[in-house]
Amino acid sequence: MDRRDFLKTAGAGVMAGLAAPSIARAADSKVLRFIPQANLANLDPIWTTQYVVRNGALLIWDMLYGVNDKLEPQPQMVEGHEVTPDFKTWTFKLRTGLKFHDGEPVRSKDVVASITRWMARDATMGLVIKKRLDALEAVDDRTFRFRLNAPYPRMLFALGKSSTPCLFIMPERIAATDPFKQIGEHIGSGPMRFMKDQWIPGAKAVFERFSDYAPRSEKANWLSGGKRINFDRIEWNIVPDGATAAAALENGEVDWWETPLPDLVPLLKKHAGVAVDIADPLGNIGSFRINHLHPPFNDVRARQAIQIALSQEDYMRAVVGSDETLWKTIPGFFTPDTPLYTEAGGERLKGKRDYDLAKKLLAEAGYKGEPIVLLVATDVAITKAQGDVTADLLKRIGMNVQYAALDWGTVGQRRAKKEPPSEGGWNIFHTWHAGADCVNPAPYIALDSSGDTAWFGWPKSDLVQAKIAAWYGASDLAAEKKAIEELNKVAMDHVVYVPTGFFKGYQAWRKNVSGIVKAPFPVFWDVTKT
Amino acid sequence: MFAYIARRILATIPVVLLVALFVFSLLYLAPGDPAAIIAGDQATPADVDRIRESLGLDRPFLVRFFDWFWHVLTGDLGVSIFTNLPVSHMIAQRIEPTVSLMLLTLTLSLSFAIPMGVIAAWKHGTWIDRGVMMTAVFGFSTPSFVVGYLLAYVFALYLDWLPVQGFTSISVGVIPFLRNLILPATALGLVFMALIARITRATMLDVLSQDYVRTAKAKGVGQRGVLFVHALKNAAVPIVTIVGIGFATLISGAIVTESVFAIPGLGRLTVDAILRRDYPVIQGVVLMFSFVYVLVNLGVDLLYTVFDPRIRY
Repeated sequence: MDRRDFLKTAGAGVMAGLAAPSIARAADSKVLRFIPQANLANLDPIWTTQYVVRNGALLIWDMLYGVNDKLEPQPQMVEGHEVTPDFKTWTFKLRTGLKFHDGEPVRSKDVVASITRWMARDATMGLVIKKRLDALEAVDDRTFRFRLNAPYPRMLFALGKSSTPCLFIMPERIAATDPFKQIGEHIGSGPMRFMKDQWIPGAKAVFERFSDYAPRSEKANWLSGGKRINFDRIEWNIVPDGATAAAALENGEVDWWETPLPDLVPLLKKHAGVAVDIADPLGNIGSFRINHLHPPFNDVRARQAIQIALSQEDYMRAVVGSDETLWKTIPGFFTPDTPLYTEAGGERLKGKRDYDLAKKLLAEAGYKGEPIVLLVATDVAITKAQGDVTADLLKRIGMNVQYAALDWGTVGQRRAKKEPPSEGGWNIFHTWHAGADCVNPAPYIALDSSGDTAWFGWPKSDLVQAKIAAWYGASDLAAEKKAIEELNKVAMDHVVYVPTGFFKGYQAWRKNVSGIVKAPFPVFWDVTKT
Repeated sequence: MFAYIARRILATIPVVLLVALFVFSLLYLAPGDPAAIIAGDQATPADVDRIRESLGLDRPFLVRFFDWFWHVLTGDLGVSIFTNLPVSHMIAQRIEPTVSLMLLTLTLSLSFAIPMGVIAAWKHGTWIDRGVMMTAVFGFSTPSFVVGYLLAYVFALYLDWLPVQGFTSISVGVIPFLRNLILPATALGLVFMALIARITRATMLDVLSQDYVRTAKAKGVGQRGVLFVHALKNAAVPIVTIVGIGFATLISGAIVTESVFAIPGLGRLTVDAILRRDYPVIQGVVLMFSFVYVLVNLGVDLLYTVFDPRIRY
């Protein structure tokens, strides 16, 4: 063999090796490769309220209760409970056989510590319980009890709520961590163990099956029932580029993509090996968030001018495009197609948009062309699209828009400023709320109108707060509906914020994967792969 | 020589110190709040404040700087605000993919670009020369992410030969390692290749017109010997300089390429850290890059003595 023959043979060998079919990719039916909605930068579901962290935490930590697809809390770690007729004393008993990943049994003291940490951070239901709490005690290893000084009929929903922060049960030593500091261990009693040694933040997170997990006997339904995992290993691959993620799914390098970009969905739908469907039936509600502290929006007439001029259709087309099955207009604050949805008080958001009336209201509110600072996170497609529509809308009604193009991290910082817009504050920013958080007032932080302690924008309305309290006191569905109708009306009148429409997103997966359900979070149990 | 190397290494200290101060100041002045990102959209403003306080982000600039700087002096780059992992650990996790990508890119670029430049100079004014220069202009003008997408479409989706994304360590096997890296290295290397091919051609044209080349030819040295032994060695100094300068291009290109091909390297770590305002990670990575860049320049200076014995330190 001379030099040329050697080079030819070696070259052919290398090329054959490079071009060989991908033997490894997605061949192992015991490994699920998943692209999450965002980078999993940490795994403390109490310290942060990011959904991606909640989704990862659902694999590691179990919950006392879990909601099903009707948002009804079902027992998960608990065997059952007793409650006094006045809803002041709640006693729970844990199931037998519950174990943490380090082999230790789950005890009531772990539950008490976990609830204590959660209550310190959950600004909605946790805080309400904390305010009414006389004592939270571990009666024995399997029994724990709340003693409240006021009735709290929604205890089960609070313990099983799926909005962040969820109540995950951690070992006492971990749950004892300051709720404003990150935990250092990721030991839970959920169906999968977190493999910290294989974690590359920003690139990969690995979960392996917990062999001692004791699933319930009932069929799994969202966060309730038996969480049976059919994989030895679930890999979360963080793929920052949408086009690359789509190509990886088409090429069979990953099995499931949680949030495909709307632009790429038509491409994925055409691919023979890929299935596409709605991800979350509860969708999202777009938000036009107004700062209530400063002129002109400290006057309700200026806020109502926005309602009168704003076209939800414009926003939705900008956010999700021309696929009309993905969005609808909602003249209300609550999630459509859920029991408490109402349009009471939403008249200003319906019908033809009236710019002249909006201008008139702005003039009555004393607006004289001062700059309106609009914070737009241009690195997030949904906020960028909403911001662009808003800039156009404000100009149409004669407002002087100061478009601040920022990234999400900067919007997060600046929206916390209460100073006037001319001193580094703001007038408007956009975000969106998960529909699962808008089914009732309990997890709905954006509706809180307590002023200084309210969410960004700091709306203040005693009437709205009174209606929220009335819902908490409602004893049956009819009473709840009545309370919500009144709440929706007063919140619309006060313009706590302006919904820009309801929209859903897609998820996509390889057709050799089955069992994927529509839910506000990825449900890994009962998913299989051939 | 050793005294020179020692002096140059010592000279890196003030450079790195200045970079450290500059980066820290820039990050302090830049808007953005990691506490707000950590807290998420469901958190109240009061919670965001508490997290900011617990992270020490409410402390004065100088206190924060000297605290960080003291730890750096003791070899501690700090802990990531988000992941709670040591910055040095995060960098160590990401070094192999980035170094592999850069070395493969360099190897590919030099293997193709230098012969291309030499041949273009040799065949100056012919269609070969024009072809090489057109290729170089194309390589120089096309962004690496465009090349990346095109390569992924052709070789991964259309031909199904190679994976679209990811990284496999060389410890798993050379073939899987190359299967993952060949496309990103080509995408990243095209610009570099164009740069080196052009400078090689220009330098070779100059060298080939020198008297000693004519003498070598007159003495009967073959064409290959003239080009690659006599001429190329003398043209090497500017080429090595460009390779050194181009290292910065490689670093910035790696950031884009690693994102397009989902390679878990230092480029993506940097972008993620900047987007989240993970200050310790940004500071650690930039310090490391600046240190490496200074070392690369030192390496280039030392290589001059190999190619041109007249240069002494």
